[in-house]
Amino acid sequence: MAASDTTVAAKWRWGLLDVVVVVFALVPVLWIASLSFKTTGTLTDGNFVPREWTLDNYRTIFSTNQFVRALGNSIGIALIATAVAVVLGTMAAYAVARLDFPGKKALVGVSLLIAMFPQVSLVSPLFEIERSLGLFDTWPGLILPYITFSLPLAIYTLSAFFKQIPWDLEKAAKMDGATSGQAFRRVIAPLAAPGVFTTAILVFIFCWNDFLFAISLTSTERSRTVPVALSFFTGESQFEDPTGAICAAAVVITIPIILFVLFFQRRIVSGLTSGAVKG
Amino acid sequence: MADIVLDKVSKSFPDGTVAVRDVDLEIADGEFVILVGPSGCGKSTTLNMIAGLEDISSGELRIDGERVNDRAPRDRDIAMVFQSYALYPNMTVRENMAFPLRLAKLDRATIEQKVAEAAKVLELTPLLDRKPANLSGGQRQRVAMGRAIVRSPKAFLMDEPLSNLDAKLRVQMRTVVSRLQKQLGTTTVYVTHDQTEAMTLGDRVVIMRGGAVQQIGPPQELYDHPANLFVAGFIGSPSMNFLHAAVEEERLRTAVGDVPLGDRLRRELAAEDAPRELILGIRPEHFEDAGLVDEQTRGRGTEFEAPVEIVESMGSDKYVYLTVSGERASAAELEELAADVGADGFGGGAANLVTRLSAESTVAEGENRRLWFNLEKIHLFDPSNGRNLTLHEGRAAGALAS
Ligand SMILES: Nc1ncnc2c1ncn2[C@@H]1O[C@H](COP(=O)(O)OP(=O)(O)OP(=O)(O)O)[C@@H](O)[C@H]1O
Ligand SMILES: [Mg+2]
Repeated sequence: MAASDTTVAAKWRWGLLDVVVVVFALVPVLWIASLSFKTTGTLTDGNFVPREWTLDNYRTIFSTNQFVRALGNSIGIALIATAVAVVLGTMAAYAVARLDFPGKKALVGVSLLIAMFPQVSLVSPLFEIERSLGLFDTWPGLILPYITFSLPLAIYTLSAFFKQIPWDLEKAAKMDGATSGQAFRRVIAPLAAPGVFTTAILVFIFCWNDFLFAISLTSTERSRTVPVALSFFTGESQFEDPTGAICAAAVVITIPIILFVLFFQRRIVSGLTSGAVKG
Repeated sequence: MADIVLDKVSKSFPDGTVAVRDVDLEIADGEFVILVGPSGCGKSTTLNMIAGLEDISSGELRIDGERVNDRAPRDRDIAMVFQSYALYPNMTVRENMAFPLRLAKLDRATIEQKVAEAAKVLELTPLLDRKPANLSGGQRQRVAMGRAIVRSPKAFLMDEPLSNLDAKLRVQMRTVVSRLQKQLGTTTVYVTHDQTEAMTLGDRVVIMRGGAVQQIGPPQELYDHPANLFVAGFIGSPSMNFLHAAVEEERLRTAVGDVPLGDRLRRELAAEDAPRELILGIRPEHFEDAGLVDEQTRGRGTEFEAPVEIVESMGSDKYVYLTVSGERASAAELEELAADVGADGFGGGAANLVTRLSAESTVAEGENRRLWFNLEKIHLFDPSNGRNLTLHEGRAAGALAS
């Protein structure tokens, strides 16, 4: 970096820019949070800080079976899909990064194709397929498409990480007496961990936020996830405005993501491979 | 500790590249063998085959008399030091060094003790709890060595272990490696690019070119009795001077005057299919200022006069660069060597000579100087196949041998 970047003026400029970006990103979130604490009466008063605080909205959503079931579905489905996608993705990415096997180009090409395919056009065929296979409105019915569509992402992110790990480390481990499995577990995997966690976060967010598949491939509380459940929210009566409850639910469903990111972010330390090889 | 035998070992890669061709090499127990050659000649591939990191396409590899072609690296009990060091960045120095021992399932106390010992030998004790990222290049290199020696393997393989260090550190580490190997007496195969390492470290040097072994022998022997043009040009710094030489009856016509031939060479060159053109090779130290040669030795050589271009006084001797008119020696080997050192002409270009004269010589830049060179020490090569014609039963005997 040039010296001019560290001058006071530059610091102010960057600081201001950062503030603008953060405000831009956070204001809607805070607005929703604020709405979720407002009473029905003050909901539309336009104040940023609620005049009357209430937890009623939260009580409401947790008292309805609808939301709690959906939350459970969301957590379960997203976690399982993430775990499977990351495990499969790790293995595939390792092969892509390290091996020269026949059909490697085809594999990479096909996964690219899947990533680029407009998902909306697959919804109807998937709906038909799942109905005839009995997967419609079940957990696997959502987990499977989530895995399919997050795998390309997982493979790409992970193979980039694997490519960064010097080949020599693996050879060194073998020379030191490790089996291929041991070399992978004790040398490669710890170094690939940041990649695995990054991928896990991305995949989890994808599964957690999905609305398209969730609304098309579910019909009951059995497997409906939160984003869909939110859209089905109605007030106690036809005349009651569910806005407050929806906002409360929106706040609640961002919490797992924040926790998930915070938990894994500590493991995403960069420069983990530095010092392995010269240069 | 063990002996390692390569029996007609070859390696061809799936893309058709033949990286190593019929290498025969017997490495005795405790021997320090150097593999040297230009870039891409198959040194690393050979080493990796011994290690088990590359499959052997054909031939047999025996360690302690046992065929190990199909054994995994872990079952060969060989340690390797990589050019890149390949330290595990997520582990401390201690853990790096303990890694092979932990895999070997030794108990904790033994591991502690062995790591401590190795750390002491390599002066790594104060660094044991650091991560590789916080070490200097030389320290990383020592950790890599430490990881190799802790488990007392049958053999060490080292692939250009010092090439990432700066010049000064390299000299220092060279003695460390040498001392360590003598101390432990472990069979060692060492790959290098570096002349000095090749000449000073090993008991024997293997010179490779294009996947094939050119010559195997103690460093001095390769220097004095090179089997072919390639070896002659590769070993020695500054390298041997090469001049074009035309065969005429009893003598050779060269840019440094006529060279008389002894009986043996004359007989050989009289044959039907004998080459009409040769390459004359003279090492820089076999020249001398004609004024400083005493009467006795003068008869063993011949004299010529040439303009002096540059004089570099090294204190102990003088390097003198001259130009002589005449054809430049050309052969495939010379092109290859030139490419490897990144020069456009080998042996100093068209007909440039590098000579090393005594410090007493009063030679000055710009003058024409009479120089003498020793005919007993010159080499003659067949340009078509690079063979050293002066070599008789493995010994070089100069031009005059009868
Ligand atoms: N996986 C591979 N596939 C095809 N060819 C290869 C492969 N690995 C190496 N080669 C070729 O084999 C030859 C020998 O390579 P090797 O790495 O043994 O050379 P080297 O003597 O160690 O060179 P350097 O001094 O540059 O390290 C080279 O021509 C190289 O291009
Ligand atoms: Mg190499």
